[in-house]
Amino acid sequence: MLHSSTQDTLVGLFVAAGIAGLFFLALQVCNLNYFTEQKGYTVTARFENSGGLKVKSPVSAAGVKIGQISDISFDPKTFESVVKMRIYSQYNSIPDDATASVFTAGLLGEQYVSLEPGGSSDYLKEGSNIEITQSAIILEKAIGQFLFKSAEEKK
Amino acid sequence: MSAESRSQNSLVSVRSLSFSRGDNNIFNDVSMDFERGKITAIMGPSGTGKTTLLKLIGGQLQPSQGSITVDGNDVHRLRRTELFNLRKRIGMLFQSGALLTDMNVYDNVAFPLREHTKLPESMIRSLVLMKLQAVGLRGARRLMPNELSGGMARRVALARAIALDPMMIMYDEPFTGQDPISKGVLVHLIKSLNVTLGLTTIIVSHDVSETAAIADYIYVVSGGEVIGEGTPEEIKHSGSEWVQQFMEGSADGPVHFHYPAREMQDDLFSSGKRY
Amino acid sequence: MLELIQTLGKSTRAGFTKLGRGTYFLLQTLTGILEIVPRPRLLLNQMYSVGVLSCLIISISGLFVGMVLGLQGFYILSDFGAEETLGVMVAASLVRELGPVVSALLFAGRAGSALTAEIGLMKATEQLSGMEMMAVDPIKRIISPRFLAGVISMPLLAALFSAIGILGGQIVGCGLLGVDDGSYWSQMQSKIDFFDDIINGVIKSFVFGFVTTWIALFEGYDTIPTSEGVSRATTRTVVNSAFSILGLDFILTALMFGDD
Ligand SMILES: Nc1ncnc2c1ncn2[C@@H]1O[C@H](COP(=O)(O)OP(=O)(O)OP(=O)(O)O)[C@@H](O)[C@H]1O
Ligand SMILES: [Mg+2]
Repeated sequence: MLHSSTQDTLVGLFVAAGIAGLFFLALQVCNLNYFTEQKGYTVTARFENSGGLKVKSPVSAAGVKIGQISDISFDPKTFESVVKMRIYSQYNSIPDDATASVFTAGLLGEQYVSLEPGGSSDYLKEGSNIEITQSAIILEKAIGQFLFKSAEEKK
Repeated sequence: MSAESRSQNSLVSVRSLSFSRGDNNIFNDVSMDFERGKITAIMGPSGTGKTTLLKLIGGQLQPSQGSITVDGNDVHRLRRTELFNLRKRIGMLFQSGALLTDMNVYDNVAFPLREHTKLPESMIRSLVLMKLQAVGLRGARRLMPNELSGGMARRVALARAIALDPMMIMYDEPFTGQDPISKGVLVHLIKSLNVTLGLTTIIVSHDVSETAAIADYIYVVSGGEVIGEGTPEEIKHSGSEWVQQFMEGSADGPVHFHYPAREMQDDLFSSGKRY
Repeated sequence: MLELIQTLGKSTRAGFTKLGRGTYFLLQTLTGILEIVPRPRLLLNQMYSVGVLSCLIISISGLFVGMVLGLQGFYILSDFGAEETLGVMVAASLVRELGPVVSALLFAGRAGSALTAEIGLMKATEQLSGMEMMAVDPIKRIISPRFLAGVISMPLLAALFSAIGILGGQIVGCGLLGVDDGSYWSQMQSKIDFFDDIINGVIKSFVFGFVTTWIALFEGYDTIPTSEGVSRATTRTVVNSAFSILGLDFILTALMFGDD
């Protein structure tokens, strides 16, 4: 039988380790930063089709993550997908004529939004709209088009 | 002393008690009285239900008929909290000791004090040491129950049973496994607890001479009935063959040494069946 | 034939009465928990034997399960050129399934069997009955603190298991097999959801902890007080806990992740 104070210490360590595990899961694994939410600004882009994009999918520029999707909704008037994304505030000099495209990382990988800067001297800020967008490539569609085209060319 | 005055002065009275386990009738319409401040012994062959009787008195088993009153309370009619309050005033020494194996001797004796009182640790310490001193095991207080001999464990259990200074104490075979010296000490201890504290004592024992030496009254039970009762003197000179056989320890007599069975010969030569 | 039906009927009845006793036992245990509040020491001692002593086996198993997931996952995913999603695969399987289930199975084997044997032996050596005669309710004094300790420890152990497993997967995936560290974490972070995955996993392990500890304590309390009785009860604890964990896991998974 251990001395009871040693036992208490070990119980304390155990509980601390368990809670640390939970925090690790919450913060590192699912990046739950409701509390520590990074400062940023929200911009909106409208896509004809946002494909498999989800809330929390990354937003990147030149391959570097600069923010994440915060909301996706459907506009019943224009039949477009309205994607809100939160860009971290340190990236505050992205030209407002940037192009937003939905890409897929790898063949089966997740989808993300890539911003390609244009040449404007005005920057994106809270509430900006990204005008130029390129929809997700839907694999089935692409294959269909490819087959259709090659059939046409043969004629 | 007349039976009437005994029953008037009794702390525990058992009235037409019947109890059975399955088909095994352990008690048939038994009545007994345990007088206040006296030592009453229950004797009887192994397996007649002495331990069972103590458990019935403690309210751990329900009788099929009859009643048991302890200090005016019908044990089996009490609500749980009332029963627990009653039990705080009853000490019981189990046949096996029943020490808590995850605590040492000291903590075992301190257990009822810590559970039922809010005494400061320093006072608990003096009480525990006093009780351990009484059973001669003050020096063994740091040992764990598995480091004790059977006899020592029983003495620790005795110290624990008297920790709360109960009004009444029940001993289940306190002498078994004790060497002659500690047997003598225990006999003396039981007697002096009884005399100095006025502790009503119920003692179950096979040790005829030790028990007869301290008991004020003896019940001899066998086959689910009281087959003899009286002061040790009366019992010794009892006319009943049954009682005589038990007190003298002879194998043959009206009380059977064997558990009921068919003839030995039949059993040995019956073929086929396993049992 | 008639005999067969009779045995069936008998065992059904026995099963139901046992369930009834078990439920009553659980209710008593739960009411007893209130009385632990003023006596945290009772709980602390049990947290030690139930939680701390299970830590080692849980951590080591978590590490190895995570490492194997990293290895297997890598080989499968690299066929599709999707090694970057290794983190998602490791984390999702651990947090949703393997963490709660495997740690609960280990818990049943490590802590559950020990609880049954302890309580069973206390019964066999008349300690429980002795306590009752000392006017101490063994359920409140012995059972409730152990139950609470089990219910608290299980989610902590499962979280530890998953966290260590995810690190194990990272060691193998990124350290040995060359998956990019950044994408291991970022892919994981974008796919694992706090409520859908983490909280559901915690709920699962809480339910498993509740059921396993209940089974272990009840089997001990209900044991036939002999050495054989105790040994059988211990076996039953492990077997019944395993069945309950796997069965409940199926049900909970269907309820939680079904409409995804
Ligand atoms: N749990 C039980 N289930 C069924 N029968 C039991 C149980 N406990 C005891 N018995 C039976 O009850 C009878 C009385 O047992 P008990 O322990 O009271 O005897 P005893 O007089 O104390 O014997 P001993 O002097 O050997 O201690 C025995 O015949 C025994 O077979
Ligand atoms: Mg006995």
